[in-house]
Amino acid sequence: MKIAVCVKEVPDTTAEKRIDPSTNRLVRDEGDRMLNEFDKYAVEEAVRLKEAGTADEVILVSLGPEKAVESLRQGLAMGADRLVLVSDASAAGSDYVGTARALAKAIEETGAELVLLGSESTDARSGVLTATLGEVSGRTWVTSANSLAVNGGSITVERQSDDGIDTVEAPLPAVVSVTKAINEPRYPSLKGIMGAKKKPQDVKSLGDIGLGAGDVGEAGAKTKVVGIETPPARTAGQVVKDEGNGAQVIFDYLVEKKLI
Amino acid sequence: MAGILVVAETSGGNFRRVSLETLSKARELTGALGGPLAAVVAGSGISGNAGDLGAYGAEKVFVVDNEALGTGLAAPHVDVIAKLQAENDFSAILVGGTALGRDIAAALAARLGAGLNSDSIDLTANGSALRARRPAFGGQNLVDAEWTSGPAIALVRPNSFPASESGGTAEVVTVTPEISDAALAAKVTARKPAEAGKIGLEEASMIVSGGRGLGAPENFATVEALASALGAAVGASRAAVDAGWYPHPNQVGQTGKTVSPNLYIACGISGAVQHKVGMQTSDVIIAINKDEDAPIFQFADLGVVGDLFEILPQLTDLVKARQG
Repeated sequence: MKIAVCVKEVPDTTAEKRIDPSTNRLVRDEGDRMLNEFDKYAVEEAVRLKEAGTADEVILVSLGPEKAVESLRQGLAMGADRLVLVSDASAAGSDYVGTARALAKAIEETGAELVLLGSESTDARSGVLTATLGEVSGRTWVTSANSLAVNGGSITVERQSDDGIDTVEAPLPAVVSVTKAINEPRYPSLKGIMGAKKKPQDVKSLGDIGLGAGDVGEAGAKTKVVGIETPPARTAGQVVKDEGNGAQVIFDYLVEKKLI
Repeated sequence: MAGILVVAETSGGNFRRVSLETLSKARELTGALGGPLAAVVAGSGISGNAGDLGAYGAEKVFVVDNEALGTGLAAPHVDVIAKLQAENDFSAILVGGTALGRDIAAALAARLGAGLNSDSIDLTANGSALRARRPAFGGQNLVDAEWTSGPAIALVRPNSFPASESGGTAEVVTVTPEISDAALAAKVTARKPAEAGKIGLEEASMIVSGGRGLGAPENFATVEALASALGAAVGASRAAVDAGWYPHPNQVGQTGKTVSPNLYIACGISGAVQHKVGMQTSDVIIAINKDEDAPIFQFADLGVVGDLFEILPQLTDLVKARQG
């Protein structure tokens, strides 16, 4: 069985961001770039399934600028076998559905039966891609897996729902997002890092995967950004030293603010 | 296209607050966007209170009762709502940002080839067009988006709007669901409900969070006691979760949840930027930390430099005394 893992290069969300006022898009060529932290759990789970003999190939699939290869290589260093990156100028400005269409096409070409994702990306933080991708690709999808077992043609997932933890059984092919509870991602070994550079890293255009403008990118997007504001940063309020009255100070503040 | 559909979610027989918040906001928007305002309640064994949504402004409530709609899995809901959309052609579909709501809205956008704005913290009308605002980069920026075609699907972040009654009544329409085999492919075979009375982090209007300063997992009891007195949810910093002191669904921050409660009390949390991006959109932030140089004091509304093991129990007693 082949497993595709959707991965994304993200900016360091803890750094200052700059948005190009002419396009209302994030300037993507500056600052630290990295593999989305949440994706590491999906890569780890896929690599473990390969190590256990359940999977025979782990393919990273991504949509993004060509230079994202450098960040995404970390997934190869963790043990994934190869990378397929869809990179195309006309894919810029894709909405969720457009992004899902591009990933679905690239995944289809890999022949993967199981698709894994992190629960969200640290930049967009929307957590909607699993459902969108599942729907677009016509696969059964399950979000928020705390554990995952593959049994022949089906999977068993313990999923975190709004109301507790549910056991879910679903047939393959399937799309599954994993939570941080599922595993502890490994740090790539030096050997892994050196070996990653030699693993196949294919960059494909939208044409290569049979998509055109209108399916993906700004042309196909059904939402558009009409403005971006930078609110004033929070500033320090009142800071007091506890001299036995700390609890009272907080209590009075809660009462004053009508919070209790 | 005409009208707004609000997806109303229930939990334990009651409507989730975010659904009522969303419905209240939708009622305001019908002035500019046009009505009617409808709601759909889909679940298993639901009954009785669907008409209550009339008090929040729904003119029509579609009630859909089926076992498959009560599993926490979204696919059957998507079939139901897509059919309602085909029959009613709503111009906007608004969904509360719970885990289920997020899955429903995302899959529905794909099914309908529609635009989705996730994590809306404000919804306004630009003429007769819906406009949604969402925070980006941990609240560093606020992004306004509109839709290039309908229906406009928006997820609403909990605690963004007050839930307010308008005193109306709703026509209740019972709908027979048509759920596809594909939507029934994933099956829930066992359920382990969360501890009763525990409040989910994302929906909570108040959160008390603990960090490294708690020193040991058992000390979270101090944080839980205050949370319980306030009726708040319990959060944790990455340091506390990575140390195994508290479960990961409670983590707030860059690699945890993003929350915007009315009140956030950070106990023994230094306030590194990784934590800040997950909670800086809270209305009021109170910090307790023994290190006066902790970064959290640079953005908390009220900071107390002191020993949380002395302050928290006293504060818990004060809150209990007021409410007792």
